[in-house]
Amino acid sequence: MFAYIVRRIVATIPVVAIVALFIFSLLYFAPGDPAAIIAGDQASPADVERIRASLGLDRPFVVRFAEWSWQVLHGDLGVSIFTNLPVTKMIGQRIEPTVSLMLLTLLLAISTAVPLGVLAAWKQGTWIDRLVMMIAVSGFSVPVFVVGYILAYVFALSLDWFPVQGYTPFSLSDPLPWLRNLILPAMALGLAFVALIARITRATMLEVLSQDYIRTARAKGVGQRPILFLHALKNAAVPIVTIIGIGFAGLIGGAVVTESVFAIPGVGRLVVDAILRRDYPIIQGVVLILSFVYVLVNLGVDLLYTLFDPRIRY
Amino acid sequence: MSSTTLHAAAPELPDVLPPRKARGRVAMFAYRHPSIFVGGLLVALILASAVFAPWLGTVDPTALAPAKRLRLPSETYWFGTDMLGRDIYSRVLYGTRVSLQVGISVAFFASIIGMFIGLTSGFVRILDTVVMRVMDGLMSIPGILLAIALMALTRGSVGNVIIAITITEVPRVSRLVRGVVLSLREQPYVEAAVAAGTRVPKIIWKHILPNTLAPITVQATFICASAMITEATLSFIGAGTPPTIPSWGNIMAEGRALWQVKPFIVFFPAVFLSVTVLSVNLLGDGLRDALDPRMAKKI
Repeated sequence: MFAYIVRRIVATIPVVAIVALFIFSLLYFAPGDPAAIIAGDQASPADVERIRASLGLDRPFVVRFAEWSWQVLHGDLGVSIFTNLPVTKMIGQRIEPTVSLMLLTLLLAISTAVPLGVLAAWKQGTWIDRLVMMIAVSGFSVPVFVVGYILAYVFALSLDWFPVQGYTPFSLSDPLPWLRNLILPAMALGLAFVALIARITRATMLEVLSQDYIRTARAKGVGQRPILFLHALKNAAVPIVTIIGIGFAGLIGGAVVTESVFAIPGVGRLVVDAILRRDYPIIQGVVLILSFVYVLVNLGVDLLYTLFDPRIRY
Repeated sequence: MSSTTLHAAAPELPDVLPPRKARGRVAMFAYRHPSIFVGGLLVALILASAVFAPWLGTVDPTALAPAKRLRLPSETYWFGTDMLGRDIYSRVLYGTRVSLQVGISVAFFASIIGMFIGLTSGFVRILDTVVMRVMDGLMSIPGILLAIALMALTRGSVGNVIIAITITEVPRVSRLVRGVVLSLREQPYVEAAVAAGTRVPKIIWKHILPNTLAPITVQATFICASAMITEATLSFIGAGTPPTIPSWGNIMAEGRALWQVKPFIVFFPAVFLSVTVLSVNLLGDGLRDALDPRMAKKI
C-alpha cells in the first residue's frame, strides 16, 4: 500500500506540470507588451527593447517557463498589473470567504444528497424515486446564478429571512451572521452538486442492494435501516467519494459565479474583476492555485480509497 | 436462431395480459421513450423559435428606445423593456440563436476532435501516455476557469467562446472514446479481423467507429447542454459574447444591477436558459437509456 501511495503521488507530478505549462503559456501569449506599457508612450523602440531585456522578456519560452516555475515553487505568483501588489497576497486576502463557501456547500450538499440517493434507491420506481431523479435532472440544468437569484428573491427579498448579499467573516464567538450570509449562496452552489451525488448514490445503491449478501442480511432478519445505511451504503462509498472529488471542479467554477451574484469578496470575485481589467497575473495565479487544489483534492480522494475499502489492493 | 425459438414459444404463453390497444406510432414512441419524446419535442420547439425569431412578433433586439425604458411586461412589451428601452422578448428570442449556436457547435467540434484524439491514443500506444497526461492536465483545470482564462486572452466573440468551451470539453470525449477503443480492441471479432490481416484503417472504420457513435451521441447531447450553461455563465461575468450581441447571459448581466427592483429582466432569459438546458438534458438521458443500456445502468 505504501508503494501505491508513493506511486499515486508521483503520478500527479506530470499532471501538475502540464497544468503549469498550460497556464504559463496563457500569460506568455497574452496580448499587450509589458515592456511597452512600462516604458510609456514617449519611449523609443530602443528604450522598449532595453526594458524588455532588463525584465528578461527577450529570453526564450523554455527559459522563462523554468524561471517562472521556480518562482511559483517558492510561492511567488508575480505582481498584479493593476494594484502592483503580489498576487499571492491578493489571493490570501480573498481566500477565507471562498473556503467558507465551499466547505459549507460541501457539508450541505453531501448531507442532503446521500440520504436522497439512498431514499430513491430504496423506493425505486415509486413517485419518491421519480421526484428525486427529477430534482437531480433540474439541478444539472439550472445554472448556479439562476438558482442564486431565485433563492435570493424568495428568501431574502420577499421573505426577508436572510441578507440579500454580502459576507461576514467567520468568528467563533458568533458564527450566526456568517452562516446567515452564506446559507443562500451555499444552497445555490450546492444544487448541481446535490444532483450529481444523489444520482451516483442511487445508482450505486441499486447495484449494491441487488447483491447476495444483502439478501442474506434480509433473510436473517436485519432491519431495513441497518441494511441501507450499514451494509449497503458502506459498500457504495467508493463511487460516491469519487464523484465528490470529480464534482469539485464544478464546485470551484460555480463558486466564481456565486460570489458575483451574492457579492461575496472571495477569490471568484477577484478573478472576475481581473478579467474586466485584463489583469493577467491575477487570472493566471487564481486559475493555477484553484487547479492545484482540485488536483490535490482528487489525490486525497484516491488515497482515501485505500482507507475506506480494504478490498482495493494495488 | 434464438428468435425462432422465441416465436415458437410465444403462442404457448397464457393469455393473461389484456390485448394491447392499437396505438399510433407516435404515441407508442412517446410511451416507450418519454424522455426522448418530451426532450426532443421541446428542443424542436426551441430550435423553431430560434430559426423563426424574426417572424414571431419580435422587433429589432438592439433597437434603443430610451423613452420606453424599464417598462413592465405588458401587451406591447411581452417581457418588458430593459434600461435602454430594448424589447426583452425580442432579445430573449434572438438570444436563443446564440445559445443554440454555441451549444451545437461545441458539441460538434468537441465530438470530432475528441473522437480523433481518442482513436489515435487508443491505437497508437506510444502516443497514448503523453496524450492522456495532457488530457489529465487539461481536465485538472476547472472548466469555467479554463474558459475564463482562454477568453481573457482574446476578444470576446461568439467564435472565440465556441473555441474556448470546445477546448474544455475535448478531454472528456477523448477519454470516453479511448476507453471504448481499448475495450473493443479486446473483442474477439476485432482480434479475428486483426488475425485475418485487415488493415488498421479498415478496422477503425468498420469495427471501431460504429461502436463509438452511440456513446459519443449521448455525450454530445450533454456537452451541448453544459456548453450553453458555460456560455451564459461567461457572458454573465463579462468574459463571453460581446455585450452588443443579445445572448441570455448578456441580458442577465445587464439586468444584474437592477435585479432587486426589476427582477423580470433577469427572470425571462433565466427561464429560457433553464428550460432549454433541461430539454437537452432530458433528450440526452433518453438517448442514453435507448442507445447505451450498459451505460444507463451505471448512472
